[in-house]
Amino acid sequence: MFDTSGARKLVEVRDLKMHFPIRTGLMRRLTGSVKAVDGVSFDIYEGETLGLVGESGCGKSTCGRAILRLYDPTSGSIVIDGEEIAHAPFDKLRRLRPKMQMVFQDPQASLNPRMTVAGIIGEPLQEHTDLTADQRLERIYELMDAVGLNRDFANRYPHAFSGGQRQRIGIARALALNPKFIVCDEPIAALDVSIQAQVVNLLEELQARLGLTYLFISHDLSMVRHIANRVAVMYLGRVVELAPRDALYEDPLHPYTRALLSAVPEPDPAIHDAANRIILQGDVPSPANPPDGCNFCTRCPQVMEICRRIDPDIQEIAPGRFVACHLYTKETEKTAAHAAQSTGA
Amino acid sequence: MLTYTIRRLILAIPTLLFISFIIFLIVKLSPSDPTASLPLTIPPDVRELIRESLGVNDPVFVQYFKWLKLMVWDEPLHFIEGATGWPVAPEGPRIISYQTRSPVMDLIAQRMPQTLWVVGTSYIVGILIALPLGIISAYRQYSIFDQVGTFISMVGFSVPTFFTGVLFIVIFAVNLGWFPSVYNTTHVVTDWDSFVVQLKQIIMPVMVLGLYNASQISRYLRASMLDNLNQDYVRTARAKGLTEKIVVLVHVLKNSMIPVVTVIALNVPAVFGGAIITEQVFKVNGIGQLLIIAIQSGDVPVVQTVSFIFAVLIVLFSLIADILYGVLDPRIRYD
Repeated sequence: MFDTSGARKLVEVRDLKMHFPIRTGLMRRLTGSVKAVDGVSFDIYEGETLGLVGESGCGKSTCGRAILRLYDPTSGSIVIDGEEIAHAPFDKLRRLRPKMQMVFQDPQASLNPRMTVAGIIGEPLQEHTDLTADQRLERIYELMDAVGLNRDFANRYPHAFSGGQRQRIGIARALALNPKFIVCDEPIAALDVSIQAQVVNLLEELQARLGLTYLFISHDLSMVRHIANRVAVMYLGRVVELAPRDALYEDPLHPYTRALLSAVPEPDPAIHDAANRIILQGDVPSPANPPDGCNFCTRCPQVMEICRRIDPDIQEIAPGRFVACHLYTKETEKTAAHAAQSTGA
Repeated sequence: MLTYTIRRLILAIPTLLFISFIIFLIVKLSPSDPTASLPLTIPPDVRELIRESLGVNDPVFVQYFKWLKLMVWDEPLHFIEGATGWPVAPEGPRIISYQTRSPVMDLIAQRMPQTLWVVGTSYIVGILIALPLGIISAYRQYSIFDQVGTFISMVGFSVPTFFTGVLFIVIFAVNLGWFPSVYNTTHVVTDWDSFVVQLKQIIMPVMVLGLYNASQISRYLRASMLDNLNQDYVRTARAKGLTEKIVVLVHVLKNSMIPVVTVIALNVPAVFGGAIITEQVFKVNGIGQLLIIAIQSGDVPVVQTVSFIFAVLIVLFSLIADILYGVLDPRIRYD
């Protein structure tokens, strides 16, 4: 288990909001906004993997992209390795890019079809380093070795590769500048199950070897359990629960987390049939028009009167365990208030 | 790629034969008399002799094959002799214009430079206008620049050149008096002053055609850029920490140019064809005007030959467009 006590915080996200404007009518007036990410706060410690899970459309990917400033966040603060980047000017951001990289979801679409593998991997080197062409090629070969690609493929185009190989190209590209922090945006979602394991193992191996820090975004709870040290659960633009992996999987606190975990298929048929599944009723509300009070109150099996009025803050109810739910506010009011003040998460 | 090209060239032969036959039939079967433009004082029996000597009384098929033999065999040899000086040209008749009684190929050779000069320049000007227009319009979609650019290209696209041409003449030649309304092809550039004169007389036909070409190409480029700007690889490029200039001009533009380059290549035959109407408006005596006059006076050999050359160019440039597609897009392989 990853020990967070002595580790340094590499990424600190505070109250991050990413709202996309909705413009309607003849004059394209601003009539509302899609609150894709609506006040998210968490820390990522150096060397750990933070899993970010949630159903489709809950804002996981948007959150990951906003953290790397691939979007301009509406508000909030993002500190990566001591540098505030949420509103950093373009030039400063560009110089910080080598530290933070991303592995994208769709390995086909995220590679420029008109560049060779060497071109794709080598472009960041050309942009951010002073390597000569020979040194660059050497580094490209090194990276291809690191991700298990044959050096002979350097002059091929992305379309000539399989999905798993393309994702390796994407990983090699992300590694080119020795980043500290990598956002893996559903890196295995577009891959075959047999290839998924290979890519995840590659990511783990690279982490061990290079001391990388990951934000691993996925909807695959089993895979997150395998790779993550801590897990954050998102629902409708909010983090509803954040806890160390084992604690979260053994004893989920938030009703949504419980429902999510109960939906994970069980390989043993006997247990599978006996499993007490929590089936949520209804649909996810629109992020353009979230409900009053708790975002989950429309579907929560344990909804209370207070949930429809007051939005619960995320509070630390046990060391390292954060949850945003009124079920836990009363008993922990004092400690929670204290935790919220001291860590803000 | 080579086998593909050779196969396409071989397949082009029956296509061109078919096209030439159809053109020949259409021109021949339309009611026109090659002697109609001759003076009325010529007696009917002499007229009949003239028709006989022109060979128009032969069956259509005989006339077609005579023309075809001259077009694909004798004329190319004459061209080679003219270009290299080797005495390979055969004795015997050539394709003769009814109007001028001179070989059609000589007429084309006389007309071609004017057309290439005026229409070719307008094409290049059009591309040069279209590139920044398309790129900026797409990059700043729905901005003022984009709205104005869209409006102008819609106007340029939908208003025919015979209208814009005359409009330009009325505004800039008649009212403002800045430019001459007639393009003088005998003008020779020798010094700065004569260059200014040339510039002044070429500017209106070039802008009329250039505006039309620019509207078309910039719309294609804008649409193609917009397609590519939302692609994931653009986000990847930004995540690499590249400057916006490289992201847009290298990553996006390179991918967006694939369809645009083929559109540009496909429109090149139109340059050789000359903008028939624009040449007529500005009195540029190019290929387009040659064709119009030939049609008006029933000059079958000229119409037939010029149309056939256009057909060859169109077939050739669609092949070039396809090959360019394969060169530009590594995902496309023809073998």
